[in-house]
Amino acid sequence: MKRGLFSFVTLLALMALVLGACAPATETPAPEAPAPATEEMSEEPMATEEMEAPAMTETTLTLGYTASITGNLNVSSGRQDKGLQLFIQDVNAAGGFQVGNEMVTFEPIFYDDESTNERVQELYTRLATEDNADFLISPYSSGLTGAAAVIAEQYGKVMITTGAASDSTYKLGYTGVYQAYTPASRYLVGAVDLLQTLDPTMTKVAFVHENDQFSTDVVAAAAAYAESLGYEVVLNEGYDTGTTDFGPFINKIEAAAPQALMGGGHFQDGSTFAKQLFEKGVDIAYVTLLVAPPEPDFAELGDAAYGIIGPSQWEPLAEFTPESAAAAGLDWFGPSSADFVDEYVAAYDEQPSYHSAGGYVAGLILQKAIMDAGSYDPEAVKAALDAMDVLTFYGRIKFDTAADSHGLQLGHSMVYIQWQKDDAGNLLKQVVWPLEGASAETIFPIR
Amino acid sequence: MFDILLPSLVDGLMIGFVYGLAAMGLSLIWGVMNVINLAHGPIIALGMFGLYLAFNILGLNPYLALVLVALAGLLLGVLIYYVAVQRVLTAPHLSTLLATFSVNMILIGIGTAIFSVSPYNVDFSLGSVDIGSVRILWTRVAAAVAALLVTGLLYAFLFRTRQGKNIRAVANNRVAAELMGIPSSRVLALSFGIGTMLAATAGGLIATFFPFTILAGGGYELRSFVIVVLGGLGNPIGALVGGLILGALEGVIPVFMQTSWVPVIEFALFVFIIIIRPSGLLGSRV
Repeated sequence: MKRGLFSFVTLLALMALVLGACAPATETPAPEAPAPATEEMSEEPMATEEMEAPAMTETTLTLGYTASITGNLNVSSGRQDKGLQLFIQDVNAAGGFQVGNEMVTFEPIFYDDESTNERVQELYTRLATEDNADFLISPYSSGLTGAAAVIAEQYGKVMITTGAASDSTYKLGYTGVYQAYTPASRYLVGAVDLLQTLDPTMTKVAFVHENDQFSTDVVAAAAAYAESLGYEVVLNEGYDTGTTDFGPFINKIEAAAPQALMGGGHFQDGSTFAKQLFEKGVDIAYVTLLVAPPEPDFAELGDAAYGIIGPSQWEPLAEFTPESAAAAGLDWFGPSSADFVDEYVAAYDEQPSYHSAGGYVAGLILQKAIMDAGSYDPEAVKAALDAMDVLTFYGRIKFDTAADSHGLQLGHSMVYIQWQKDDAGNLLKQVVWPLEGASAETIFPIR
Repeated sequence: MFDILLPSLVDGLMIGFVYGLAAMGLSLIWGVMNVINLAHGPIIALGMFGLYLAFNILGLNPYLALVLVALAGLLLGVLIYYVAVQRVLTAPHLSTLLATFSVNMILIGIGTAIFSVSPYNVDFSLGSVDIGSVRILWTRVAAAVAALLVTGLLYAFLFRTRQGKNIRAVANNRVAAELMGIPSSRVLALSFGIGTMLAATAGGLIATFFPFTILAGGGYELRSFVIVVLGGLGNPIGALVGGLILGALEGVIPVFMQTSWVPVIEFALFVFIIIIRPSGLLGSRV
């Protein structure tokens, strides 16, 4: 009796876990962004063109998206949401932008996806059908974006993806999904190049990464690149999403004795990984982790953050200007980095991360496409996106138009930051790669 | 190989003590009243949040806060017993399963409404000590010592106090115990309370070294089932031994294969023990 009962109970317990994860299916409206500073707004260069024609009509386009206000992606997704909200406020505060005889403004429709695929599928279907959003912006993370992209394509909605680097989403034959981020296949390539520059004699690299679409794509590409340069990959193993105990992996890392470690996944697991590496005193010269290090909150780890390198889609120190656009023969569009940072700090009283910039630039790309198209017809906007080659404060934006990788980001490239200390011993981020954009020399070895 | 085996084994055993403590709560409730508490996972998670709140809001030392967490766990267990379990205690097993499953869903729902499903972290460290090639974190040592201490206190309570003897009497033969004048309903409520107290305490200890969410108890609940079967149904000391075995397996298995194989082997072991020795390795009751 007891034997059968326990077997039954184990099944029930598994069901309870699944149901528990699905249970709180409430729709939490995302918090409203604080009012942006209006003085900076008025100086905002991207906002609009001059309103000369007196017969202008006003049009409001709805922008549908979800954000992970709750769940394990809340930190990065929250910042992405803030960036996008700031963009919408910028456009609307300036009275919109001109498309033909219309002044176009944006109205956001957004929900909390709770960091789950199930909610994303449900909510994007709602955005596309019941809410009938004119355009879509992706949720944060490759996994959630993959779930949303299917629905966007199914309902013929143009979707700008941000916070979603995985290459695989753009190799499914979609025609209306456009990526703002540098793809995962190029995410850690620079970290391998940096390592080789720092010490060409190093040969052993370990990869420990989250077992999700994005991190797996990143590490597969980086490991192949490292091997092509002659590195020996002494450990390459994934951990489940939500892992909190990295002890078994750290023991394996110590046994494999790599000189460099790369991997991680997202903010929560990356922070925990870095903390436990420090607590265990792992003797390793070079550590690069995905996503977590560029977040300002990473500094809360204290000494555990010191020396950790992270690839970043954007940093305030990055120098993209109208002058550099002209020098490269590209159009310039939108605010400068300094203006974006000032506005963001004024609005939210915190430093923006690359996720914040990614949220803002997703809106900026859509605005530029609508303006170039002179229409908000989806097909015209798609054509404008296909033809886009522009420089923004976030970097260059250009999309792949090949049928088998349509929408993949081609123009943008990564920078790499490292947590260092100033003279007073306070942690601060420095750009360490590429060398031409570096704000400080790399601390190496870190332990 | 030994260089990795030893630290892996030590890490596993350290966490195994806490696994054992969590499973002890499940085992005690089963042993005394033949109820499988499906609210075990969220109670572990509430223990984590209890410690988090006491540490961050009240500013208490985590180990002092653990006393509050234990007390709250005891009271919550008594409440759950009177509200959801008592009336279905004599009904078929499915009724108690459904009752505790409902409590599970209620606790997760309330917890999610209050804390969301976002991760939390108790930012606390006691440093570490190096013994040869093994670095041991003091928070893990403290958790293992606390688990042993609680186990000792539980056994002292069960075997040295009148209330404890009442619990054992009711576990052995409820009708006979009632005929001897033991108020079985109160004893059962106390037993349920102690079971949830142990689960909440284990949750509090886990929170001192791992981040957590309101759903984090689910994994520990599943482990508790395996441990209870390993150690013996209704045998609290067996649960501690089972916890150590499971912890050691979790530490050592990744040395030889991908870590994702750990749950496969754990649950294969669960099925194996169920088949060859249904009463568990140490298989006796309270």
